[in-house]
Amino acid sequence: MANILEVKDVHVSFLEERRTIFDKRNRIEVLKGINMTIGEGEIVGLVGESGCGKSTLAKVILGLIKPDSGEVIHGSVHPQMIFQDPYSSLNPSKTVRFILEEPLKNMTDAGPEERLKKATERLKQAGLDEKYLTHKPSELSGGQRQRVCIAESLMMDPKLLIADEPVSALDVTIQAQILKLLDDLQENLGLSILFISHDLRVVYQLCDRVMVMRGGLIVEEGEIDEVYRNPKHEYTKQLLIASGII
Amino acid sequence: MKKIKNRDFNFIVGLILAMIVIIPALIGTVWTPYDTEAMNSSLKLAGSSLSHPFGCDNFGRDILSRIMSGSSTTLLIGIGTVFIGAVAGTLIGALTGYYGGLVDDIFMRFNDVMFSFPSLLLALVFVAVMGSGRIQLLLALGLAFIPSYVRIVRAEYVRARNLDYVKSAKLAGASDMRVMFVHILPNILKVLMNSILIGFNNAVLAEAGLSFLGIGVQPPAASLGRMLADSQTYLFNRPGIAIAPGLTLIIMVLGISLVGKSKTITEI
Repeated sequence: MANILEVKDVHVSFLEERRTIFDKRNRIEVLKGINMTIGEGEIVGLVGESGCGKSTLAKVILGLIKPDSGEVIHGSVHPQMIFQDPYSSLNPSKTVRFILEEPLKNMTDAGPEERLKKATERLKQAGLDEKYLTHKPSELSGGQRQRVCIAESLMMDPKLLIADEPVSALDVTIQAQILKLLDDLQENLGLSILFISHDLRVVYQLCDRVMVMRGGLIVEEGEIDEVYRNPKHEYTKQLLIASGII
Repeated sequence: MKKIKNRDFNFIVGLILAMIVIIPALIGTVWTPYDTEAMNSSLKLAGSSLSHPFGCDNFGRDILSRIMSGSSTTLLIGIGTVFIGAVAGTLIGALTGYYGGLVDDIFMRFNDVMFSFPSLLLALVFVAVMGSGRIQLLLALGLAFIPSYVRIVRAEYVRARNLDYVKSAKLAGASDMRVMFVHILPNILKVLMNSILIGFNNAVLAEAGLSFLGIGVQPPAASLGRMLADSQTYLFNRPGIAIAPGLTLIIMVLGISLVGKSKTITEI
């Protein structure tokens, strides 16, 4: 199986914000040497407590943050991201059509008709009728918004999607629908998905493989059944016990 | 802002009040009933009559004509000031707020220094350097009003730059300029619109104030502030000379404030 993404020994640190100009700025290490791979067509879960560096890792993979050392090798161009909160990840002043066509406008030389055709197609794949193209995000529900985000992330035909807690802001029935949509898309389009979550049940439902992160390090990784039945690391055990799985 | 919100009386009343002044002012730019600068000693301090509805001033000039041309001058200075302030303020505020860092720090300290002077005082300094006159006054007020716009716009960009829709736009390959002015700007228009309308009123009042002090629009040209200044001596025997331009100013400022506060503007 070819790898779609390879992360090699990535370190990231930030300088502390200064409260006053006299404060010393301490360097805080967020990622302390991350190694991981994602294979083609694989859904990989990334779990861990808040502040352990999950979202930072996502930003590094997307190229929004430059790592201090180490490298990120993409097997495909344009990895895309689905954000946690569909209420802040869609520009409130734009129509769904504008949002969907934006990547094509900036990165391809597709004409208006081609752009519209593709936007309609992707919106339908995400389970929304084409009449929503003219709507603004404020006229959509949380689940519909997240579908628009998913459609947007598919516009450039990415091979890899990064989903940063894509369902934690939605209510339970909508969660199930969105998870099913992600699963279907993965199957139909052969996508790889890095699924970031702190909900171990959701991860079990969707993912093939899981990585457990703590304090900037991946402490355990493996096939989902193997890890859930037979956790090796103490922290993984704690997580599973806390979620009531074992 | 596609249509007027239901029963938005602030907007309707404000618009009517503003139009009462703005329409005659627009006409005043091309036509006035009498020459605004023609003096006539036989009509000196004349009361209102059919041919001169607001009477005449101490040089026998028709007050209605002078108000029409004076309020167009005042309006022009108000609009010009807001334009310079808002455009420059938006550019500087957007760049510093979006990029942050050292340039932002330096600009903001400079802005704080500018902000610590009342804008009227700043305008006075600019007028002292550039000389007085219509265009100079417009530039002076425009420059003096920039810091207030920078501050408002910058704060909005600092808030917006960390929002997910901005990250999403970057992932969609939008350039920094496109993110700033196509993606973020429409979302802060509401705030900007408010400060533009308030800024316009401040500019109108500042023009009147500076002209009143004799360093704004120079005689014999008319402006509302100039007319108020000229009318001081006759306040007790011919109060009409002061009331007419004063009332014009009040109606214009009140009208525009009401529009600025209305639901139609604040709830785009």
